[in-house]
Amino acid sequence: MNKQVELKGKRIIASNHVKLGQKNKKGQTYTDINDIFFKAEQEPNFLTGSEVIKEAIKRCSVGTSVAYPITPQSEAAALIGEIYAEGYLDEYFRGESEFAVMGQCAGAAFGGHRVFTTTAGPGTLRAMENFPMWAGSRLPIQVCVTCRGINSPLSIQPDTLEMHYLLETGMLVWHAETAQDLYDYILKGFIVAEQPDVHIPIAVCCDGFFVTHTKDTVDLSPLDLCLTPYDPYKSPVTCMDMESAPIRMMRDPFIMKSNYINYSTHASWQQEVKAAMERSRKHTIPLIGGLIDEENTDREILIVGSGTAVSQSREAIRLLAEDGIKVGLVKIKTIRPFPYEEIKRVTKNAKHIFVPEFNIAGWLAREIKSTIPDNERVYCGPHVMGGMTMPSEVIVEEIKKHLGVETGNLMDM
Amino acid sequence: MSHYEVKAGPISFLPPAAASMGNVLPDPGEAHIEGRIVPEEEAYEYCARKILAAKVPTIFPGPLVLWKWNDHVAEKAKAIRELANEAPMRLIPMADYRPKYPKIDAAVEINPNHPNLTIWHNKIDACIFVGVHCHQANLALKMIRAATNCYTMAMCAQAGHEDACLSFRDASVEKIKKITAAVKKLKSEGVKSQATDFAQFSMDRKGFIVAPS
Repeated sequence: MNKQVELKGKRIIASNHVKLGQKNKKGQTYTDINDIFFKAEQEPNFLTGSEVIKEAIKRCSVGTSVAYPITPQSEAAALIGEIYAEGYLDEYFRGESEFAVMGQCAGAAFGGHRVFTTTAGPGTLRAMENFPMWAGSRLPIQVCVTCRGINSPLSIQPDTLEMHYLLETGMLVWHAETAQDLYDYILKGFIVAEQPDVHIPIAVCCDGFFVTHTKDTVDLSPLDLCLTPYDPYKSPVTCMDMESAPIRMMRDPFIMKSNYINYSTHASWQQEVKAAMERSRKHTIPLIGGLIDEENTDREILIVGSGTAVSQSREAIRLLAEDGIKVGLVKIKTIRPFPYEEIKRVTKNAKHIFVPEFNIAGWLAREIKSTIPDNERVYCGPHVMGGMTMPSEVIVEEIKKHLGVETGNLMDM
Repeated sequence: MSHYEVKAGPISFLPPAAASMGNVLPDPGEAHIEGRIVPEEEAYEYCARKILAAKVPTIFPGPLVLWKWNDHVAEKAKAIRELANEAPMRLIPMADYRPKYPKIDAAVEINPNHPNLTIWHNKIDACIFVGVHCHQANLALKMIRAATNCYTMAMCAQAGHEDACLSFRDASVEKIKKITAAVKKLKSEGVKSQATDFAQFSMDRKGFIVAPS
């Protein structure tokens, strides 16, 4: 690294937008993201996650949102329809399927709009071809993924396996633990994703139902302030250019197979999308307070998690402390870019690293294992899946079992 | 602080993106020289020395400065022409990013899909990208570094380019004029341009070469 990216005392170089300070048709003032979050007074509200998505989008100066029903995001998509009727968005319509929705989102983004959509579970997988297309086309679209089961027999309940499929799409992937995270990440996600040196799509993920359908106290920024609109003139690619790749390929597939585009270009193109993701660190770190949160990471036992697994782990740590077992906690906020250096640093002294997850694959544990030295320290679990909850007692039991501590029947606790 | 050095190539078959090696782009008021973050003022003279030391220094103006889509851009284009005249440097446009059939004319154009062809054909050993969309500039910069010995510099209107050997950010008319001033200053101190003789071609509005005929 040639320059240290500071966490404290530094604000993102967000905007010198021409519309800064002007009012939109709803009377909201276009405001720098730093002022929205770090200057304006935030007001507590008691809301479901779906309502939080609606409130966030009210403040995001979104141009287009495309909807398609799939549990558990349907309510949020419907609520966005309501605020479209109130005049907060320019365009809102229902697509024919998730695949169509993501294509329609691409069209709106190619045309220069800020675009937001939501999906979940099988919908995410049905839409999958579009995500690397968005990234390769450098379209800073935001999709909120309210994670649920993807397999047959269908489960609408929380399961984060779909995030595994998103990891190498070229999108930023952030994982909200709470409704507050969800609100913050939606607003901040647009700003990071749209930086000219980043300019790739972002998936803001949360655990379905646990976050979308439970009520929580969330601090909201004032409704009379909104993000400055997307500025297509700062795009690192031309806007909807029918003569150049990638749009050219749609009318002229021949060029994909020929030497008119050098294979080195294709390689360089992929590298560039990945580089764009790396560049996002610089903007993300000051805006969301680092790619990870850490508590007591000097301890020999650590739990590293993301999403609501972190909330369950907090309670597990409290229970373990009652038995004299001291455990530290690491919350990973961005899965892409992955906080490689941060994880190496905080796990340096740990002897046991537990990674609780809401999926069968254990993809987060694999990421951590591939990042740190002596990775036999990583214990992949506990896992639940298919919509099961993960009681804190289960985490406690599994940690104790692994450490060889007498457990009793913790489920009776 | 250690950093991945972004030296002129040829580096390898497929060099990594400098961002993936941990290089961070400069903040406003800064530039980078070969991956090292420096105050912008330091980079002007370094850039000017690279221009004067090269045998075939060349500016690659992209569509953002070739077409008058606002008055500011017209001023920028004039400043670029002044720099080219002062150094002297050749001007070879990257007018657009279309794949070219059946092949590009490497003597008079550069294309982000195979920029190395233009570098090789003209034996360009130092170049400045200006007015090229960031994505296409990054594609080209990596490929040039992979396959040629050209020293790449970027006058970027946005956040800069890690894959250039030297990069400014927030490029403005004033910043381009500062490079010209740095070139003038060095020349007044006795630094001579090593550029080989050339005749700058010019095109008509249809893209045909009209001079030298």
